[in-house]
Amino acid sequence: MATEPKAAARPLSPFMLGQYYRFQLTSVLSFLHRLTGLALALGSVFLAAWLLSAAAGPQAYARFETCARGPLGLVLLLGWSWALMYHLCNGIRHLVWDAGWAFELKNVYRGGWIVVGVSLLLTAAVWTVAAL
Amino acid sequence: MKLRSPLSQARGLGSAKDGVGHWWLQRLTALALIPLSLWFVFSVARYRVADYATLVAWMHNPYAAIALALWLIALFWHSALGVQVVIEDYVANEALRFGGVILEKFAHFALGVGSVFAVLKLAFGVA
Repeated sequence: MATEPKAAARPLSPFMLGQYYRFQLTSVLSFLHRLTGLALALGSVFLAAWLLSAAAGPQAYARFETCARGPLGLVLLLGWSWALMYHLCNGIRHLVWDAGWAFELKNVYRGGWIVVGVSLLLTAAVWTVAAL
Repeated sequence: MKLRSPLSQARGLGSAKDGVGHWWLQRLTALALIPLSLWFVFSVARYRVADYATLVAWMHNPYAAIALALWLIALFWHSALGVQVVIEDYVANEALRFGGVILEKFAHFALGVGSVFAVLKLAFGVA
């Protein structure tokens, strides 16, 4: 009888990321689309809490505001605003692909960098408007 | 060799018996979310809606209340579809996968109805 075959030590997902798998803009933006989508889904719980606390009256709203205005609340809000802008911009990129456009590798990369730039610009614009 | 029957081809529902319904609604809600999300974020930033009195006054504007309700419906619908795909892609256990999809659907609809109710209460409120 032949000897038992040894299990090859192959890299397993996701531990191959960065070691055997070289990141590219395209794959990173694809991960980010999912991750920001999930983050926004979690953020919508806070959105509902914000509106429901307002509907419950000024006392309930004041309690919500105390939590939201803390440093953690501000960091989450900053993250939420960028996640929304990124998911929105990359979503438009997906809609363009759905229409059958910009599938050439050059345009896939160009669109990717545009999404990164515009999402950061829009986030900066929102916080600038809020600070004015 | 064609393995699909003429009937299944005519129905166009595919193996999931759902056709392109999920795909189409994901795009339709995405399209609605582009202008509505930008409007919401920039309105909140511009009018400092975080303040209670401002939020109530803002919701007394019927256009703002209608737009916010539309945004919330599109958002929770889009999110329910999106989270479903993530669960279906990554949860291998069938019972957990079904349970997860049922749970996220219920959660999204509850949060969506709750948020729209809050908007209506603020819009019709006397304060």
